[in-house]
Amino acid sequence: MKRWIVFPLFFAAVLAVWEILVREKIWSPVMIPSPLGIGGYFVESIRDKSLLDASYVTLKRLLLGYAIGLAAGLPLGLLNARFKFCEDTIGLLALGLQTLPSVCWAPLALLWFGQNETAIFFIVIMGSVWSITLATDAGVRNVPPIYARAARTMGSSGLHTWLKVIFPASLPFVVSGMKQGWAFAWRSLMAAEIYVTIMTGIGLGQVLHFGRENLAMDQVMGIMIVIVVIGLLADKTLFSPIERFLHRRWGTAK
Amino acid sequence: MSVDTELLNVPPEKLVVEGVSKTFRTQRGRVHALDDVSLHVREGEFVCLVGPSGCGKSTLLNIIAGLEMPDTGKVLADGKAVTGAGSDRMMMFQESALFPWLDVMGNVLFGLKLKPNLANKERREVAKFYLHLVGLDKFMRSNIHELSGGMKQRVALARALAPNPRVLLMDEPFASLDALTREQLYGDIQDIWAKRQKTIVFVTHNVREAACLGNRVVLFSPHPGRIQEQFPVDLPRPRDISSVDLAKFSTEITRALKRHLKPISAEEAE
Repeated sequence: MKRWIVFPLFFAAVLAVWEILVREKIWSPVMIPSPLGIGGYFVESIRDKSLLDASYVTLKRLLLGYAIGLAAGLPLGLLNARFKFCEDTIGLLALGLQTLPSVCWAPLALLWFGQNETAIFFIVIMGSVWSITLATDAGVRNVPPIYARAARTMGSSGLHTWLKVIFPASLPFVVSGMKQGWAFAWRSLMAAEIYVTIMTGIGLGQVLHFGRENLAMDQVMGIMIVIVVIGLLADKTLFSPIERFLHRRWGTAK
Repeated sequence: MSVDTELLNVPPEKLVVEGVSKTFRTQRGRVHALDDVSLHVREGEFVCLVGPSGCGKSTLLNIIAGLEMPDTGKVLADGKAVTGAGSDRMMMFQESALFPWLDVMGNVLFGLKLKPNLANKERREVAKFYLHLVGLDKFMRSNIHELSGGMKQRVALARALAPNPRVLLMDEPFASLDALTREQLYGDIQDIWAKRQKTIVFVTHNVREAACLGNRVVLFSPHPGRIQEQFPVDLPRPRDISSVDLAKFSTEITRALKRHLKPISAEEAE
């Protein structure tokens, strides 16, 4: 069977069994909302725009925070790989902070910045920047030295070698680091939105949290599904094309 | 010097290596890679450096390229001291060292893009010319991993030739290729050397290869790396690697190589 038909069939079957189990009261409707109930939530929340608004708030936080994390992580990684001093200082710091779940920053972030977007950005950035830094560092270190030597005999030097040879050569590593950074940013943001009340906008995590307080599990699961779909879309639109290009160029695809 | 040049009608030296020594520190102690090596290469000469591994021939090539600095001694290119790598002395390696993030065309364009005073259209034309020269113009858009070993070395050759360096430094460029491909490339490189008027310094451990390609074969001995003997090669071109004259000539060099090697291996056995 074709791949694109397998998944919808599988998905439809799961939903049907789920709906039947809930209707027959084998699964308690209090514990698990039915697929149609979740569908009802979607219809309602799309109609009153609450879902789109929350998605917009969350995506804005994610993309902006991630972009800043990227803009800081890539140069930091290059610096760490280039200068021993940076490796011994920033490199060690990055390694340590990467192990810290970034939602741990929430108390300090709220104290420093208040209950606003800056605090959220800070948590998202702390979630993504270190893994991007470490991956860039590792990627540069794994570049075969012969590339830089070949470039030097062709008259390349300094910044040109770094931008045109060492950075592109490290791309397979860097891109997997960017993906990891994205996943960390996404998790950090959800944790922050669920546990921290932010006055400046209601994101998906907060809507999920309200669902919990109102015992509206259809809302909770609906938001969970939206989070999964956004994650999938990000992977397919942002990273898959780059990865496909890398696989084709490097010949690493099967 | 200028009077000598005038009187003898000797063309000026393209490359001058004078009293170059180089020691490496390794975990097992110091390795004396080159000891007081001097070598003069004339414009348009094809010089082959031959010797067993560890005789410092690759190190000397790296020093001429400016990728490494000698401990003592100096290297002059066109009379000017070499202080770093430069596109006037292009290097080719045993591995093609092609960039996998660029396609074939992108690789050949790399050095060209570093040359000012060329429009992008002209650069592409020059790149196409050299890809045609090495017989790969149909593979312009190919990815590097799609090429065979021999094709990769041809692209590497095109990439090295494209910025039109006067000097080509080749470090065992054909060592990892099969015999058939290698033989084709012997023909190609002689052809290019003659047509494009290059000065070539070619490192190999294959005596037959050296005799086939060079105007002069320079024999190195290891521990420490020194020049032992030099052999001018006057055989007519284009030379065939399997010809009898060439075999005779390379036997002579091989004999000299063995003569210089004997005491070394006895020393190593201790």
